[in-house]
Amino acid sequence: MLVAAGLNLLIKKRDMAKENYRKERIDRCIKARSDDIYAISSKNEILYLLFPRVIPIAALGIIALISPLYWQKVIISACIFAMLAVSWDFLSSCGMLSLGQALFFGIGSYIAGILNHYLNLPFYITIPVATISGGLLSTILLLPVVRLRGIYFAMVTLILPLMLMRGIEATRIFGGNEGITGLSPFPNIWVELIIIITAMWVTLFALRRFISSDYGLIFVSIRDNDRATMASGINIYAFKAQALFIGSCICAFCGAFMTHSYMFTGIPVFTMEFSILPIAASAIGGIGSLAGPLLGAFVLVPLSEILREFGTLRVVFYGLVLVICVVALPEGIFHYLSRKYNEMERWVKIE
Amino acid sequence: MAILEIRNLTKSFGGIKAVDDVSVDVHENTLLGIIGPNGSGKTTFVNMITGFIRPDKGSVRFKGKELIGLTPYKITNMGIGRAFQMVKPFFHLPAFKNIIVPLSSDRVKATKGGGFGDKDAIALDILEEVGFERGSSVPYKTASVLPHGYLKRLELARLIALKAEVLILDELFSGLSIAEVTSIVPIIEKLLVEGKTIIMIEHRLKELFRIADNVIVFNFGKKIKEGKPKEILEDEEVKKAYLGVEV
Ligand SMILES: Nc1ncnc2c1ncn2[C@@H]1O[C@H](COP(=O)(O)OP(=O)(O)OP(=O)(O)O)[C@@H](O)[C@H]1O
Ligand SMILES: [Mg+2]
Repeated sequence: MLVAAGLNLLIKKRDMAKENYRKERIDRCIKARSDDIYAISSKNEILYLLFPRVIPIAALGIIALISPLYWQKVIISACIFAMLAVSWDFLSSCGMLSLGQALFFGIGSYIAGILNHYLNLPFYITIPVATISGGLLSTILLLPVVRLRGIYFAMVTLILPLMLMRGIEATRIFGGNEGITGLSPFPNIWVELIIIITAMWVTLFALRRFISSDYGLIFVSIRDNDRATMASGINIYAFKAQALFIGSCICAFCGAFMTHSYMFTGIPVFTMEFSILPIAASAIGGIGSLAGPLLGAFVLVPLSEILREFGTLRVVFYGLVLVICVVALPEGIFHYLSRKYNEMERWVKIE
Repeated sequence: MAILEIRNLTKSFGGIKAVDDVSVDVHENTLLGIIGPNGSGKTTFVNMITGFIRPDKGSVRFKGKELIGLTPYKITNMGIGRAFQMVKPFFHLPAFKNIIVPLSSDRVKATKGGGFGDKDAIALDILEEVGFERGSSVPYKTASVLPHGYLKRLELARLIALKAEVLILDELFSGLSIAEVTSIVPIIEKLLVEGKTIIMIEHRLKELFRIADNVIVFNFGKKIKEGKPKEILEDEEVKKAYLGVEV
């Protein structure tokens, strides 16, 4: 997409008579709040803003449409990890370092599985219920440690899913080690694709909008300096709890979705993979943008599929790519792309 | 009656008594200066009043209500604002958005019309008041790129946004040039005219003594003197403990 934009600009440059035009850098950083007004001021500006949003949405839609079933499943998995990563980035934007996305994910998964298995509820009920109650339950579980900062909070989120895993194993509740199998699937792959892709885009754009609102601003300020936020008369623990609820609802949704997609729930939903991969995706995609982690997930998940051929060497190549990404683009792929996009120069007519 | 009645505040860190049995009355619409050598407990004293540190002993009453035991955000919402000695801006946010955070506090929302209106415009007004040039790009710049002088002003702007009744300024002038200090002094004088109560910790004695109504002197955590600026200047004990270093 960037190549296309670059070509467009080149053509424009060539077509313009040089003497009547000057080079202007499209530098939108200082145009702080006027964004919206700015956007509708001209057709070009609208295109400028829409381009990076519409192209990925359209591209993913088309790829999902034409892919074989196997790759459609990969897309679904990528979407799930993308949402977990977006949630991770959102929590970290609010000053909460989570090492336990698997906790929220697993709770959502189990709630959906239990509702479906014991009460025979269909997916369109279990998923919303699991999303909200999973979010609530996760928030309540972590409420006592919301006051802890940085690594202390992280430690608790890391340990809780492991504890639940062993607890279920030992007490043999909800199928114990075997988990719950034979849950009702989605009617077909298209329903599945539409639900998860829509949910992912809605999550991304809603959160991005939320975090740049006056209300969302407070979450960012807590990460920047929690003491100064307190000294601004803000109850930071109430805000952190809200952020925790939002973040864990997203993960619980993913868990509930996967339960129906795989027709299974069990202790594997609490494994580290669901905690670590979102962080890796955020690291290579670009922390703090919400879009970066999503992009990162869409790099890592398909990559891991492609590398399957290499058998045991898979992990080596996977790690290699990770390291190269982080070393070459320490700011993250997304920040790099968006900087390049915003720095592009254009020719404007001299008034 | 004093707006702030501080009684027997005491706090030890390990073996050292950072603040040792300090009592003082702060009267409404006056400026109290706090001076004392480095490490004499001034910041710790302020941290206890604003709820950031729990004292071992003592009480602080604001308009008769006990503050000890309350969280910093509650104390702030009651109308006691503090500027930090080490500036604490929200580095990732533009300057004007730094001010939107206090504008979202319960205290400001509870004031008439506080929850409504264009917060951006209010924030820009406040920033202009403390010396951010209106119309320039400075108020829109990310706090991480602002020079130290602006960050100090941002601290003051936060308290103005909060509509704090008592403003506690912990070494607001440190690291500022004479020109910058002279441009901030009128802002403080204006706040006094508006009826605010101000507590200023300051090492810049000349500037402080010109605007202070009362001064207290800290040494090794103890309040060694209290009085009018002129009395403090002439006091032998104070000279020995503190001023002697400068003269
Ligand atoms: N959190 C803390 N833990 C341990 N000791 C502390 C802590 N905060 C302050 N102290 C100690 O308490 C004493 C008083 O420190 P404080 O910061 O209150 O002094 P101050 O008068 O503000 O000094 P300055 O003029 O340098 O700002 C010092 O000896 C300091 O080392
Ligand atoms: Mg100090």
